[in-house]
Amino acid sequence: MLRKIVDLVTSLKLTIVCLAAGMALIFAGTLAQVHLGVHEAQQRYFQSMFVWWPPEGRGFKIPIFPGGHLIGAVLLINLIAAHAKRFRWTWRKLGIHLTHAGLIIMLAGGLFTDLFAVESYTQLARGDTKNYSEDQRRVELAVIDTTDSDLDQVTAIPEAVLRHDRRIDHWSLPFRISVRNYYQNSRLKMLREAGEGVRPIANQGPGTMIAVEPAPRATGVDERDVPSAAVEILPKDGGSLGTWLVSDALGAPQRFSCGGRTWMITLRPARYYKPYSVTLQKFMHEKYAGTEIPKNFSSRVTLTDPERSVNRDVLIYMNHPLRYRGETFYQAGFQKDDSATILQVVHNPTFIAPYVACVIVAAGLLMQFGFHLVGFSRQRRNAMA
Amino acid sequence: MKRFLPWIILAVAAASIALNWLPLKNGKDDFDLTNFRKIPVLVGGRVKPLDTVARNSLLIIHGKQELRLEGGRRLSAMQWLTEVLFNAPVADQYPVFIVQNAEVLGLFGWEQSDRKYFSFAEFTPFLKQIDEQAAQSDKLEAVQRSAYQSAILNLRNGLALYQRLKNSIQPEGAQDFAAELQGFESSIPGAAKAAREREMGENFDRAKLNDVAELVQRYERLSEMAYMLAVPPRELREPWRSVGDSLLHSIGTGEIHPVLTEYAMIGDGYRAGDRLLFNQHVDLMANWFAKEKPNATKRTSFEFLFNRLQPFSQSMALYVLAFLLACASWLGGSPALRRSAFYLLLLALAIHTFGLVSRMYLQERPPVTNLYSSAIFIGWGAVIVSLILERIFRDGIGAACAGAIGFVTLIIAHHLAGSGDTLEMLQAVLDTNIWLATHVVAITTGYSAMFLAGMLAIIYVVRGVFTRSLKKQTADSLARMTYGVVCFATLFSFVGTVLGGIWADQSWGRFWGWDPKENGAVLIVLWCAIILHARWGGFIRQRGLMIMAIFGNVVTSFSWFGVNMLGVGLHSYGFMQKAFPWLVGFMVSQFALMAIAAMPLEKWRSFRAASVPSRGEQPQISSALPAGQTPAQ
Repeated sequence: MLRKIVDLVTSLKLTIVCLAAGMALIFAGTLAQVHLGVHEAQQRYFQSMFVWWPPEGRGFKIPIFPGGHLIGAVLLINLIAAHAKRFRWTWRKLGIHLTHAGLIIMLAGGLFTDLFAVESYTQLARGDTKNYSEDQRRVELAVIDTTDSDLDQVTAIPEAVLRHDRRIDHWSLPFRISVRNYYQNSRLKMLREAGEGVRPIANQGPGTMIAVEPAPRATGVDERDVPSAAVEILPKDGGSLGTWLVSDALGAPQRFSCGGRTWMITLRPARYYKPYSVTLQKFMHEKYAGTEIPKNFSSRVTLTDPERSVNRDVLIYMNHPLRYRGETFYQAGFQKDDSATILQVVHNPTFIAPYVACVIVAAGLLMQFGFHLVGFSRQRRNAMA
Repeated sequence: MKRFLPWIILAVAAASIALNWLPLKNGKDDFDLTNFRKIPVLVGGRVKPLDTVARNSLLIIHGKQELRLEGGRRLSAMQWLTEVLFNAPVADQYPVFIVQNAEVLGLFGWEQSDRKYFSFAEFTPFLKQIDEQAAQSDKLEAVQRSAYQSAILNLRNGLALYQRLKNSIQPEGAQDFAAELQGFESSIPGAAKAAREREMGENFDRAKLNDVAELVQRYERLSEMAYMLAVPPRELREPWRSVGDSLLHSIGTGEIHPVLTEYAMIGDGYRAGDRLLFNQHVDLMANWFAKEKPNATKRTSFEFLFNRLQPFSQSMALYVLAFLLACASWLGGSPALRRSAFYLLLLALAIHTFGLVSRMYLQERPPVTNLYSSAIFIGWGAVIVSLILERIFRDGIGAACAGAIGFVTLIIAHHLAGSGDTLEMLQAVLDTNIWLATHVVAITTGYSAMFLAGMLAIIYVVRGVFTRSLKKQTADSLARMTYGVVCFATLFSFVGTVLGGIWADQSWGRFWGWDPKENGAVLIVLWCAIILHARWGGFIRQRGLMIMAIFGNVVTSFSWFGVNMLGVGLHSYGFMQKAFPWLVGFMVSQFALMAIAAMPLEKWRSFRAASVPSRGEQPQISSALPAGQTPAQ
């Protein structure tokens, strides 16, 4: 029995089945991107253990195909097991061993990246200084104590908590927050445009004049969900201050007082704070003469890190990111009329893996095919002679 | 005779090619367009000769690089452009705009007939309507547009381009432009004085100011319309300017750019039919450029030569010829034909290489920068590898592959060129020669090898099933070649794909983003890996290898073109819907070939002829393995 399992796990057939399944998955996933958008298709097909049917919640779902993580993991196990079992040191096999060792690094690196890499954005208008970047898809409910004019005390409640916990009780707050409604995607309308009989979900702040409609999840490449929620503030000493509408679509935070302190509450893109800050000096958008074809985008920023006494100017432009303290800043986009730059901020601890893997695999393949070629030409020369 | 046949064929081919390389001569009574064609202008961010502007514009508007008028008169692109620039009322009557969509014609109350070319004059009453309709379809993504919406948009774009061309060198309909410019120049000082006086609150000469004000408005319109930036900078830091812009600029400097004066004289000479005047000022302008802008002039002269020689069309013809000769050599078994094919291919490759290198020189870039150049490069790479195979095996197979792939890829390139300048400038993120030279070249070399392996397999199947010419020895060498080429493809596809990931990591912050083009590339790598492992594991033999190699064609064509048609992701730069039926047709044909190959060996004419082998005696692939090589993972 054990022998059979070992045979299966180390078999070449399993490798081929995995590779073929990978091809089918990638093909299907690529076609699915047309309707689902790159991000959603990626989640469902590649960053999952199974591809499910039907995809939307209809009370039941069945796995119809292994997902990217499953195939990748099986392939990784197969690769490692097969080599552990059959490994024998010969020069002739060095190419094959190198190739597969490189692939193991690459697959493992890919898995790590999927698990640990964090992508976020920071948008800077000229002169702006920020010490945080923002998540493009996840939001957080920020409750800010602004009583002290020098220092804001921020309590950030992640989206997952909002979605699952109806009542939030945190030691730093003199009140509880009760989440009344939570919409992952929504559309906001002025109440008078929404028609008869539509009632607001809030009784405090601007939310009293706004109607909230739930909307299907965004799928397009450039589309984003607009999450909204109604939250009731319940002071810990009893009573209720009322219900506020918080939404990613509402700009300014809303104020209220509780426990003798002033508070602001807002639903905003989740923030990642950093021990350093960047300031935009200048954003440049060059075009080829007489055309609208972009030639280059660049952002000149000042990097300030008091901890490490760094204060210097950096130019971030196409294909030339800024790498600093484990994070990398890329020129990702810009606001209309070039008023602000958008930098993508990536934290990827295993970014080096593909670089290493590429070199190893290429060397391995060259060796392997080189042996073939030498053998082949020797054979031919003998045949000719 | 047989000994000399290859040389005779080569000599004839070379002579017919050489005829094209003879310098053009103007007749005594002609306008000197040869020199005029080479004049540099800036369009699309690149300095190019007027000849290129003419060819590309006519290609966009008309679908061809030559215009045929009623009565059989032919106009070259440059003759047409000269008319458009200097004599718009005549050019308006030429039937240049191609409209084949019946619904578009119906919009104007026209019935579809044999006629598919229409003149600008015919569209004049409908311009507003066309604009409105096109604006609606402009809002849609290219994928969402119906045939009508694409057609009306194309028409609008063609008309807009045409109108901008008409206003590139002089205001449309200007009669005596040289005199107008002189008048403008001489009134500048007076007007400037008047303007100063007005600013100071003194008495000023209103008439003098008004003269110029009217012209200023006229030139402002001109500068908005201009398609070309025809006026080169005189100082280092100055930009190229359009004619209108340059005239407005001259208010400050007080003098009109000499190139402008020449253009005006050339135009006046052209309208008056005064060949002497035209030629004289073309010479003057050419001399000015040669003296002031020697680099630009060198480059545009070369580009004109490149345009005229059409190296890719010439090598395309040679590839077909070579392919036919190679096929004939199998049937007749004649080594002379095979050698002829080989020599022709060398000539074709030389011309192909000339074209490729010329493009690199003109663009100052590595060879592949867009879909068009990828087709050129894939053909080039495949031809080289095929010729190496031919040199080793000397059995006409490499030659046939070279001919077929060279021809097909150049045909594809020809059809990809329809959108205008194939030497276009590169979007910001692509503006990096290192990655273009490594990632893109490796990937496209991988494509080349995949198509070559597929082609070898097709030869195996077609010769095996339909002819008796697939002897055991030939079959074995085909298998060896296919296997070797798949190995080659694996190496380049893998390295290319990973380098692409590293580029993405450098510029977008993620190594792998599941972008469709990335997925297409990895599909090729996976398929190569499957072929190699299946062979090493002994799951497939000769025929299995061939079937899988043919499927490689499907995978590669999907990766090269299919993913671009999805219209999603960061690589969807080369979207072309028209190619979709062709792609599907190609894939279906490959599946058909795979089905044919899957027929029992008794049905193969080659194997039936040589004492019907039983299943166990299938040609063995293992003979292709080098000694000592064991199946391994």
